[in-house]
Amino acid sequence: MRSSRRKSFLVRTLTDVYIVGSGETKYGELWEKSLRELAVEAGLKAVEDAGIYSKDIQILYGSSSLAGSINGQNDIGSLIADFSGLASSNIPALRIEASSASGAAAVREAYLAVRSGEYDVAMVGGVEKMTDIYGSETLDLIGTTLDREWEWFMGATPAAMAAMTARKYMKDFKVEKESLAMVSVNDHENASKNPNAHFRNRLTLEGAMGATMIADPLNMMDCSPMSDGASAIVLASDRYVKAHKLDGVKIVSSGISQDYLALHSRESFYRLNSTAIAGRTALSKAGIKASDVSFLELHDSYSIYALIELEDLGFAEKGQANQLVGDDIKLNGSIPVNPSGGLKAKGNPMGATGIGQFVEAYLQFMGKADGRQVKSPKYGMLHNMAGTGSTSLVHIVGGA
Amino acid sequence: MGELSSIWRESSHRYRLVGHKCGNCGTVYFPPRDICIKCHRESIGKISECNLSGKGEIVSFTIVHDVPPAFARQRPYAMALIKLEEGPILTAQIVDSDMDEIEIGRKVSAVFRRIREDGKSGLIQYGYKFVLDG
Ligand SMILES: [Zn+2]
Repeated sequence: MRSSRRKSFLVRTLTDVYIVGSGETKYGELWEKSLRELAVEAGLKAVEDAGIYSKDIQILYGSSSLAGSINGQNDIGSLIADFSGLASSNIPALRIEASSASGAAAVREAYLAVRSGEYDVAMVGGVEKMTDIYGSETLDLIGTTLDREWEWFMGATPAAMAAMTARKYMKDFKVEKESLAMVSVNDHENASKNPNAHFRNRLTLEGAMGATMIADPLNMMDCSPMSDGASAIVLASDRYVKAHKLDGVKIVSSGISQDYLALHSRESFYRLNSTAIAGRTALSKAGIKASDVSFLELHDSYSIYALIELEDLGFAEKGQANQLVGDDIKLNGSIPVNPSGGLKAKGNPMGATGIGQFVEAYLQFMGKADGRQVKSPKYGMLHNMAGTGSTSLVHIVGGA
Repeated sequence: MGELSSIWRESSHRYRLVGHKCGNCGTVYFPPRDICIKCHRESIGKISECNLSGKGEIVSFTIVHDVPPAFARQRPYAMALIKLEEGPILTAQIVDSDMDEIEIGRKVSAVFRRIREDGKSGLIQYGYKFVLDG
């Protein structure tokens, strides 16, 4: 009697967690919309899509990378809660920040809050309003994703760091610049079928190769844009989903890892340890292999990172991801990459970007991705990364 | 953005290329670290300053065309990852050199230069850059 009681006390009662709704603004240069309008638009769409009421939300996580710097607005959690009409609910509302990985970091916190059994319904909303200041000033602020004192101070930009990784990678593995450009061509092709994408134009290989130089060898078509935009999802526990007969897409597992803040401190400039470890963690917690994944959303803030991520996430040997960028990464290929259009073409509103990947996965599994629908997906892998790889998050979704 | 005090705090390391050395295992760090990443607590109280020669080799580089406001007058400029002969790798500009001659593996030496100027405050900040060895 005594021992069985003790045993039951030790059983962990973790619940499964489902995405039950998603909402998103268009990504792009949205001159007419403010930070709070974007956040509220995405949040309300997600609540409506989930078929719940605002008052059903028990906890809220907001995500933004630069709102404090660009818009002078902090406490994004309260902002979203307040203007979504939730202030009188007095629910917990926090902002999660991990530079360009803020979005997935916020989803992970909400996932853990629901998975622990503490809350049944959580909302995650990410927003960035990047075009309120001049582009060169924004460039200064996205330098906050680097080591401020020992990289940015010396004149490094995020593009410059990615460019130095690209140059060494291309030299050591004899990879041509065309292989990087094909990542952007694929992003634009998929984004042409995504009504919320920042850029919906198709991109030719010649167009990608001939663009204005940003940080040699990376040109403008290797670099994700500065986008305005907001994305939101609603998460619910297994028991809540069953009690309210909701449709949902399961978050199967979550992995997070960290590496040296500055690129120069790492043992390799083209091995993303945080990404590799977060990926292995997510796969092992899900009990699946990379070959079970039906599509990827990769954090390709710069084209070179997509190649390196394919390798570090287990889809290619080091230096050989160029073999995948021809046909395999296309929508109908063996491992579709960025059906949403990715950071290059769907856009990169930093704090919203990682949540936008969950919006895409939700649409894919609900069969609502229209012209960019991946055929019968089993598992989706979502990868969101801070700066040059100081923090990475990998989530596995689907698996129904 | 409150850069001023942090700039002065790090100025000796930046002006004279002073690193930190672990007295337990001998590893040299630049940028400086207050704890050795190999020895952890064994290094506490055993980290001392050490002067670096400023000699190194280019590990990778880029020519930056899209530049932050504080570097507007230097556009375009070369940035590099440089491995110092004492071991550490740092991020710095390559100056006073023909950009076409910059290559991975080229030997470089540190020089003292103006790094950046803040247009709003007028503050000019100095530190190390590198030149190609002849
Ligand atoms: Zn040591």
